Amino acid sequence: MVTHNNISFAEKDIAIETRNLNIYYGAKHAIKNLSMQIKKLDITAFIGPSGCGKSTYLRALNRMNDLIPIAKTTGEILFDGQNICDKNIDLAKIRQKIGMVWQKPNPFNKSIYENIVFALKYYGIKQKHVLDEIVEDSLKKVALWDEVKDRLHKSALALSGGQQQRLCIARAIATKPEILLLDEPTSALDPISSAKIEELLFELKKDYTIIIVTHNMQQAGRISSYTAFFLMGDLIEYNETNVIFTNPVIDKTNDYIMGRFG
Amino acid sequence: MIRTTRENDKVKDVSSLNAKYYDTKNKIVASIGKYYTYSCIFFSIMIITFLTYFIASKGLSTFLKDGVSLFDFLLGTEWKPEHENTPKFGAFAFIFGSFAVTLLSVSLSTPLSVGAAIFMAEISPKSGSRFLQPVIELLVGIPSVVYGFIGLSVIVPFMRNTFGGTGFCLASGTLVLTIMILPTITSVSYDSLKALPGGLKDASYALGATRWQTIYRVLIPTALPSILTGVVLGMARAFGEALAVQMVIGNVQRLPNSIFDSISTLTSILTLEMSNTIAGTTYNNALWSMALILLLMSFIFIFIIRILGKGSKLNER
Amino acid sequence: MNVKVTDKIATIIFYTIAIVITLILVGLLSFILVKGLSGISWGFLTKPPENMKAGGGVGPQIFNSFFLLFLTMLFTVPVGIGGGIYMAEYSKPNIVTNIARLVIEVLSSLPSIVVGLFGLLIFVQKMGMGFSLFSGALALMIFNLPLMVRITEQSLRAVPVEQKEASLAMGISHWKTIVSIMLPIALPGIITGTILTAGRAFGEAAALMFTAGMSSPPLDFTNWNPLSANSPINPFRPAATLAVHIWKVNSEGLTPDAKQIAASASAVLITCVLFFNLLSRLVGKLIYKKFTAA
Repeated sequence: MVTHNNISFAEKDIAIETRNLNIYYGAKHAIKNLSMQIKKLDITAFIGPSGCGKSTYLRALNRMNDLIPIAKTTGEILFDGQNICDKNIDLAKIRQKIGMVWQKPNPFNKSIYENIVFALKYYGIKQKHVLDEIVEDSLKKVALWDEVKDRLHKSALALSGGQQQRLCIARAIATKPEILLLDEPTSALDPISSAKIEELLFELKKDYTIIIVTHNMQQAGRISSYTAFFLMGDLIEYNETNVIFTNPVIDKTNDYIMGRFG
Repeated sequence: MIRTTRENDKVKDVSSLNAKYYDTKNKIVASIGKYYTYSCIFFSIMIITFLTYFIASKGLSTFLKDGVSLFDFLLGTEWKPEHENTPKFGAFAFIFGSFAVTLLSVSLSTPLSVGAAIFMAEISPKSGSRFLQPVIELLVGIPSVVYGFIGLSVIVPFMRNTFGGTGFCLASGTLVLTIMILPTITSVSYDSLKALPGGLKDASYALGATRWQTIYRVLIPTALPSILTGVVLGMARAFGEALAVQMVIGNVQRLPNSIFDSISTLTSILTLEMSNTIAGTTYNNALWSMALILLLMSFIFIFIIRILGKGSKLNER
Repeated sequence: MNVKVTDKIATIIFYTIAIVITLILVGLLSFILVKGLSGISWGFLTKPPENMKAGGGVGPQIFNSFFLLFLTMLFTVPVGIGGGIYMAEYSKPNIVTNIARLVIEVLSSLPSIVVGLFGLLIFVQKMGMGFSLFSGALALMIFNLPLMVRITEQSLRAVPVEQKEASLAMGISHWKTIVSIMLPIALPGIITGTILTAGRAFGEAAALMFTAGMSSPPLDFTNWNPLSANSPINPFRPAATLAVHIWKVNSEGLTPDAKQIAASASAVLITCVLFFNLLSRLVGKLIYKKFTAA
């Protein structure tokens, strides 16, 4: 169902839902009364100019804003029948199910293998053959296996930027999350690496709900099924990607798509 | 146990008992770790609390229990703690000695130190970082007894031969401390000069100012609060230094007439007399009163540094 | 006066200052080394000191210095790193943190003699540990703790936040993130700082005179029973360190060669401190290389 600028889905198709979310950074009102639903097993893109709140919102979806002392959040984010903004929630469990990949590739200062199994070991998976299988499986899913299978125990920092980013995605999916949050995952990469990652995301949406923040309009257009446009902390318009890009309801969306500001 | 039936089920299998166990274990380890760090900080707070409490209670008992008047202690010039009938506990000469040697050495050291900092930051950053910086770092590393020994073998004979007397004097102590606090003031001033926004300098040069004009009209005034912080840190170090000073000032317990007279400081008296006194006597307590003055002075120095720190933060805004 | 001329004069003055400071250091070091090295022999480094005759050594003092340093670091490092972790990671902007920060500042500006006197009062007298290595190590811990906390805090704060976020975002606890992800990255900084701290402790004397004492019992280097009174590794025996010994020789030395002994002992002390300084640079560089190497 589409209201004039927002879209909603059937209960069973909702991966995560936000209701009346407000985020403040000190005096700055970074997210203003946001309500939206994200569709399961699909790609949703957040677009908008710098500082519009799209990254802030993405970080709120697995409570990464907790790291910023001045950030304050009100409202609800519903996931698995729980409000994850609730102070009493088991944050570790939520974060296991909602993985995240950043703009700048940030593999740990460890070997490729250790990067992937670090969290798994922490969760209690210790058998070597299980870990080995998960490593192989995850690296294959991000099309990195053939490139690194001979140097799994070498430092991850020796990989190229694009390889590092794919490793970060492999690390995120190794724990089998339900949702993957991607914060401009290709903006620090060269075009070929970017293309590889886009291809990969298209594959991954079979198993994961993917939310991607991007500055690159073409990228949003190419890979996402739904697109949300943010401006100064407001969700301006949220609809199927082809509608947003060809026939937006709101003038501001059109202005942004046409490159009139940003 | 985990049974790997299908690839995709691997992780889900773990979500049973096993995962519960690790989840609990992880949470316990995390809170033990967290509270361990809390207790480390708590420990540090306790040290200061105990230290202040014990030194204060010992130091104050001179006045509260033994009935020595605070006025006589602070301003009296007669120190005869072991006089049979009328012991006198006037510590003014030592307080004066501490302040004299501190203020003199800071006023000698500050121009040198700030000059060195400017040299490293502005005049010749290359040779500054290659030669002067290691020199400053090595100067920090030299232990104070070694400074004392050098003072004893070089500065004291020099003073004796040049100005007469014994050579053990206020001036010798001043010279030793000047070198000792030089690295402190230099490194703080250097950091503050380095931290100045580059645009500041460029703007001054663009207006046609020479390097010297830029330094003393723009850079020094802007960095002043931080430079003063360095100076106060230097003062704190000079005021609290015991052995290096004690070894070269002669330790005569009266007010000096000139900088070539022998003096005593609070720290030198403590060094020499603490182990000769018996706990609980007025003599012993009076020494603790001097330790209390040293403690209060370090609180005061920290207080001044905090005020200066606020000043420099306001400047940044 | 012409501004250009003033500028020239100022530049010359700055160069003069730089040269004077360098000369002071060169003078200090060469004085100590020239005066001291001539008196250093194997005997001097191993023999115990003499009270009245010439020809004594500083063997036990060198041993005491290193053993005391070891004990001190044993106490300081765990508490200092714990405190540093709190300051960098767990502290919230509240009154406790403000107090903690103030405490660290006050601790680091305490005159070492005040620390020594506190040690005398608490460890030596009230807790009954007497003049001992243990009392000395506790006093030096107070002396070194603030530095250790600050070094750890700074090294942890320098860890890229992306690393921390990546770990936390996978549901890994803050503690595990600190221990397994952040500390390894902060390690070069912590190690370099720790060695510098050690150098400072090695040269400290004022805090030790009243805690570790100014004398050593005759040591029997074949007796390794830590409870025996003349065993070198008994932590509850008095132990004058090299730095304390230098002070004592200068102030109350009665031997005819007191001057020479002070000079040679100073040369040994300086050499050790320079060695710590060099080591910290070297280790810092090595670890840096290892961590950045492909």
